[in-house]
Amino acid sequence: MELIKTFINLFADPRLFFIMSVLALVAIVWKREAFSRNSVGYGLLAFLGVFFAFGLFDENFRLIIVKPDNVPIVALIFLVVFFTWYAVREGVRNDQRIAAGDDPIEKEESDRVWVWPDLVYTELISLILCTAVLIVWSVGLEAPLEQPANPANTPNPSKAPWYFLGLQEMLVYFDPWLAGVVLPSLIIVGLMAIPYIDTNPKGNGYYTFRERRVEITIFLFGFLVLWSSLIVLGTFLRGPNWNFFGPFEYWDIHKLEPLTNVQLSDFIWVRMLGQPLPENWFVREVFGIVLTLGYVAVLPPLMARMFRRYYEKLGATRFYVTAMLLLMMLSLPVKMLTRWIFNLKYVVSIPEYFFNI
Amino acid sequence: MAQTETVQPKEALPVRAWNWLTETQIWTSIFRHAAPINDRNRVLVMLSNVFLHLHPVRLKKHGVRLRYTWCMGGLSFFLFLVLTFTGLLLMFYYRPTLEYAYSDIVGLREHVPLGIMREMHRWGAHAMVITVWLHMFRVFMTGSYKPPREFNWNVGVIMLVLTLLLSFTGYLLPWDQLAIWAITVGANMARATPFLGHEGPGAALLTLGDVQLIHAADDARFALLGGTFVGEGALLRFYVLHCVALPLVIGFLMAVHFWRVRKDGGISGPL
Ligand code: HEM
Repeated sequence: MELIKTFINLFADPRLFFIMSVLALVAIVWKREAFSRNSVGYGLLAFLGVFFAFGLFDENFRLIIVKPDNVPIVALIFLVVFFTWYAVREGVRNDQRIAAGDDPIEKEESDRVWVWPDLVYTELISLILCTAVLIVWSVGLEAPLEQPANPANTPNPSKAPWYFLGLQEMLVYFDPWLAGVVLPSLIIVGLMAIPYIDTNPKGNGYYTFRERRVEITIFLFGFLVLWSSLIVLGTFLRGPNWNFFGPFEYWDIHKLEPLTNVQLSDFIWVRMLGQPLPENWFVREVFGIVLTLGYVAVLPPLMARMFRRYYEKLGATRFYVTAMLLLMMLSLPVKMLTRWIFNLKYVVSIPEYFFNI
Repeated sequence: MAQTETVQPKEALPVRAWNWLTETQIWTSIFRHAAPINDRNRVLVMLSNVFLHLHPVRLKKHGVRLRYTWCMGGLSFFLFLVLTFTGLLLMFYYRPTLEYAYSDIVGLREHVPLGIMREMHRWGAHAMVITVWLHMFRVFMTGSYKPPREFNWNVGVIMLVLTLLLSFTGYLLPWDQLAIWAITVGANMARATPFLGHEGPGAALLTLGDVQLIHAADDARFALLGGTFVGEGALLRFYVLHCVALPLVIGFLMAVHFWRVRKDGGISGPL
């Protein structure tokens, strides 16, 4: 028992956590036929159930999951896993039908039925079930109320509401102006752009995977890996001082993590060229600036060259908008990787203007 | 030979009572037609009932099934109604001032019999965030944002943001440690808004002569909090946004959203 816990704690690490969620996504996309089997879906839910039930016996783990505001996230984990599995399964089923020359299930079911009673009753039942769940939940779990607000006493860790913890996790890698303002705005813009940059006419109004492989994979990457899994990480695995803790680890306020992060300018001027940092901020940061400009200005045309087919299909405007949004989305994993491999803190660091990337 | 007489069996009392009731003027003034047990009345019920007329009269079979919609849009709407109702009840007890906010919540917990209004409101809000996400996920996976539904997807994205903002503004109102520090963490981001936050890149460039235009007392965070920290001003602002402004906007957008679902040809399906 203790052994398993120690083992899990040992493996709990933001790097492993993130890489494992990426691998899970790759497995889902690649082995989707196997993934969509009933045994896999219910097996996953059962595994999660056993994991949480097992965790309840651990005092450290229990402290986190029964914290009232964290209960919805436990529910969220189950729901997201279930519905991902379900949507992929329905997609795979339709793909198999299409491959066999049949219509998707939705097409077969396009004869019309009366809204009363067919839909109205389904709605009524969902509504009653939803009310019942909500009432049971409300009777069983009291809403949290802590000590009265006290501006002089900062709790450690101070966490944003759970649905923003993915953003708070980004603060580890980016400054607030990016993690808290620019990237969230880009998430919204990116979501709104989806219908206008996805010109694939197929897969409109029915589940499918094969006909929309690329779109679905990108969306799942954003929704599962960058959004949901970072929320889980931020909620369950970040403790005092935003340090990382394994699920069964005691949240020790005095846990110290060595801060060895360096700036790119340090890295190049001091370590590689053996010179002191230049006084002028522009000269000092010139390498980072070139790199950043390269990322946003040189990569897109290169991508246009590399993905000629998409470029021609989408047209210049759509292609460049898509490429920019993708690069922005990938900036988080890119920054994560450079942090983990090179301990890189900022690519460009101009504290004079609060401008750090 | 005795005359055989056919005797009508008398209907059971409840049936007769029901028949009498449904023929009274009061009943017929409310319900314009008989129960929807035949096709004609199934049409009439959808057309004459203001709540049901959100729906069409008939629908493609796949669109009715839980398999396709997961009912997540419907549940989001239902949870919104639950939240409006329970929120209204909470407003009877809660006063958004530093003096009363916290103690009103304590009072709600201790003195209101069967008081689960606060729980219903809080857990309902969490649940709505989840259902809206899952609804978006479903809409994506069925490709329902594709033409002609691009605009409705956008209305949806804005409602998703509003749902999160509603949740966020509500988080502050209990005025406990959890509340102010979560909002402090969130609001501190606004300080770093490019150009508009006093610690944001570019803000230092906005000067008139040698007067800084953007400083701690007029930047984006100040606008959000009505102050330089989470205090009285923030509480009032969040209260008004939470109870009046945001619900009105999201309610308005829901009307647009539902209207467009109908006008874009009902629930999506293969062409
Ligand atoms: C405040 C939250 C929302 C409510 C109450 C709501 C409600 C609904 C309802 C009741 C439907 C009918 C079909 C169904 O139940 O699935 C629907 C459809 C739709 N919703 Fe939402 N929605 C919300 C948020 C969103 C979001 C966040 C998006 C996308 C980003 C979205 C995009 C759509 C689209 C494109 C349709 C048409 C789907 C189809 O025809 O298959 N909605 N919505």
